Amino acid sequence: MTPSMRQWLPPLFALAALIAPFTGWMPPYWITLFNYIGLSSLVALGLVLLTGVGGMTSFGQAAFVGFGAYTSAVLTLDYGISPWLTLPVSLLVTALGALLIGALTVRLSGHYLPLGTIAWGIALFYVFGNSSTLGAHDGLSGVPPLRVGTHAIIDPREYFVVVWIAVVLAIVATRNLLDSRIGRAIRALRRGAVAAESFGVNAPRAKLIVFVYSAVLAGLAGWLYAHFQRSVSPGAFGVNTGIEYLIMAVIGGAGRIYGAILGAASVTILKDQLQNILPWIIGSTGNYETIVFGAILVLVLETAPSGLWPLISGPPPPPKLTRAPDVPLPQRPKPAPGTPLLQVNAARKTFGGLVAVNDVSFEVAAGEILGLIGPNGAGKSTTFDLLTCVQPRTSGTIVFCGKPLSGERPQDVARLGISRTFQHVHLAPDMSVIENVALGAHLRGSAGTLRAFAHLERKEEAALLNNAKRQLERVGLGDQALSLAGSLSLGQLRLVEIARALCPDPILLLLDEPAAGLRVGEKKELARLLRELRGEGMSVLLVEHDMDFVMSLADRLVVLDFGQKIAQGAPKDVRSDPRVLEAYLGGVA
Amino acid sequence: MDSTIVLFLVQDAVINGAIYALVAIALVLVFAVTRVIFVPQGEFVAFAGLTVAALEAGRVPPTLWLLVALGFLAAISSIAWHWREMDARRLARVIASTLIVPLLLIVLTNFIAPMKLGLTANAILTLLLVVPMGPLIYRIAFEPLAEASVLVLLIASFGVHLSLVGLGLAFFGPEGVRTTALSDGTYNAGALIITGQSIVVIGVTLALLAALALFFGLTLTGKALRACASNRLGARLVGIPTSVAGQVAFGMAALIGAICGILITPITAIYYDSGFLIGLKGFVAAIVGGLASYTITALAALGVGLVESFASFWWSTYKEVLVFTIILPVLVWRSFRSSHLEDED
Repeated sequence: MTPSMRQWLPPLFALAALIAPFTGWMPPYWITLFNYIGLSSLVALGLVLLTGVGGMTSFGQAAFVGFGAYTSAVLTLDYGISPWLTLPVSLLVTALGALLIGALTVRLSGHYLPLGTIAWGIALFYVFGNSSTLGAHDGLSGVPPLRVGTHAIIDPREYFVVVWIAVVLAIVATRNLLDSRIGRAIRALRRGAVAAESFGVNAPRAKLIVFVYSAVLAGLAGWLYAHFQRSVSPGAFGVNTGIEYLIMAVIGGAGRIYGAILGAASVTILKDQLQNILPWIIGSTGNYETIVFGAILVLVLETAPSGLWPLISGPPPPPKLTRAPDVPLPQRPKPAPGTPLLQVNAARKTFGGLVAVNDVSFEVAAGEILGLIGPNGAGKSTTFDLLTCVQPRTSGTIVFCGKPLSGERPQDVARLGISRTFQHVHLAPDMSVIENVALGAHLRGSAGTLRAFAHLERKEEAALLNNAKRQLERVGLGDQALSLAGSLSLGQLRLVEIARALCPDPILLLLDEPAAGLRVGEKKELARLLRELRGEGMSVLLVEHDMDFVMSLADRLVVLDFGQKIAQGAPKDVRSDPRVLEAYLGGVA
Repeated sequence: MDSTIVLFLVQDAVINGAIYALVAIALVLVFAVTRVIFVPQGEFVAFAGLTVAALEAGRVPPTLWLLVALGFLAAISSIAWHWREMDARRLARVIASTLIVPLLLIVLTNFIAPMKLGLTANAILTLLLVVPMGPLIYRIAFEPLAEASVLVLLIASFGVHLSLVGLGLAFFGPEGVRTTALSDGTYNAGALIITGQSIVVIGVTLALLAALALFFGLTLTGKALRACASNRLGARLVGIPTSVAGQVAFGMAALIGAICGILITPITAIYYDSGFLIGLKGFVAAIVGGLASYTITALAALGVGLVESFASFWWSTYKEVLVFTIILPVLVWRSFRSSHLEDED
């Protein structure tokens, strides 16, 4: 299949699906079943984003379906408001509920989050079942149907169109979100918050956005459910249903958009057919469908651990580089060469009794390459972490561009114009190289989540991606833009990290062992690039073990040993400093 | 509420807490070694209780046929996964490791069950019937998924749970059971009446905790399991077979679950599906313990027992809600304490 055919497949498929119930080929029973599949697809789609992309496991989505359903049921029944008007209210109530719950729970890390979702899932279920306004255990019945003019949409065939239009819209919005600046940040977060935060991503906020969005999709499903079922009762919103939604997302292929629909369809049809077929085979009525359902679930996971959708469609396609006109991004004004840029004064970091960085002071001037060297364990990488506020320092001051840093978070430091690479590569291996690099320009874009849904930020996005492409070409990896980062060699990954660090147009570049793993030719290229950057007014702080590399490149050197500064000065002076020789060679000289 | 009621509630809490502690420790053990959050842990508890009840009535417990079924499934699964490298010797080994124990137990159980030999014999036979289920379940469901993510393992775990509950209904029927107390003495301590049953529960729990501590601290198998828990790849590199470690962990989980079942069935009626809630509360304790520390886990289990016991007195409709919402602040606190910049996966 050619790429252009692939591109037209989803809309054609969507169109065919919307016409299908009116052809007369689809039995009414299946139309109703597909309405339920559509409703589940919406919830599963939210989970694909939340769990598969965002890495947050939730058992509580069913409760959000309840939010949407109950809000609309109460408003239409008790206040006589039209269902179309309750739609925004339902979504808003769900979003607010999610915001409140999310503010508490998305901070939960690791295994605490799933348990947290079970906890509020169960709690909300009991609230639904015990609140008299919501009809307690019996729920609310007689919910009015949706109307177009005077025509009530009651026929499942007509409702089918409503449900699946909602699904199609949700797919488009979700795809657009993932293929945007915000989506990139969300995807990168899962593979480590440190890197994403160092380029200005506000991790808790990004997680909260995903959480609320997935809840809103569930709330939409709830609203549709209330007016299709025409009654609402707590049984549909328990933790068991929440678990079922999660099963759908994982079976379909967590992290894949169409996997949500495939998963919802597989689970719904399987459960339904087991109920029809098993009594016919086994002959007695028992709870056999859960036995077989559980067994099939395990079997499917054993044969396809990453879900069903990847079996059908293979790995996710690389992003399309939009061919929009290249608008130049605004440039940061650079301080005049030679003026003081960074002053570190008696910076100290202790871990318990261990002093990793012991009252180290040094300065970096604008347009200078400063080498920070020292034997293993000298405290070089910790110094980097202090400068970028990844770790809080114990004492001492750091002044950047005349502004003292105190209490900043990594994303604030990124905003000031400090950019870094990591000693151990922090890239998302399952994202393309260009997307990894474009993450570096996170702060140069401003488009928010709502504009991303409708892809109204394409001009900005094109500018960010073009910038990323340029930086990749600068480090000599322009032809690898669409490869998966995981397929590159270690040396190439280091260069990708440098390209990413260049994306924010930094004033000060912190490079942690950039030449490790590079071949001789690549090192020469890198040295040329760094000199070029210096020529453009950028300052570089370089940690490196390759002495030839650092000696030939750095204007000045600072030498650390056991957390203390033992020497500084021009490379040729440092080279003959007796204390440096002792630190490196153990005092033989 | 007077002090008698308080003491009574505390006693109740301690007994339930002891059971949750054991379940939680089994969950921690299984998770640490195999990364599986073992949802069906409670099923071992329920199945053991139902088995004891059948033996007390002099019937052959349906557990036997469940075990035989699992044995056949494990054999089929092993053969299917290793079809290419299957030869006569390997086939013999698969059959020996999956079917011999269940088949021997058919003979033994049919011989012993009608004799109504009493508490100890029933308990031992119950352990014999339930414990082999652990390794068999591991071989059927989780061994082929050893490299999968925690999320996939969790969903598979739910699959196993659904199947086992369904099988429980098919094999045991919907009736609840209660068994005779392990000790029918009562002792007066001031205002409090202590039942012999609760002393047995506490005693067995403490003994089991001590035995586990000794097992992990002193034996080579115990140390190998800990090695697997802290680093699977490292453990494999020094020659610890992770598949065997997984089976041992599941066997121990089944053993702990079965003991819980024997202990708790004289106190509360057990149904085929009672396991889930017991497991979930154990899970709460395990999470509060961070799925790592056995001591904190045991204390947390006691806390769960206390909350549940007092909530059922004051506000019984909301008993379950309270148990699960009270952990939210604990989770938030724990989460804030751990570094906020952690790399997942």
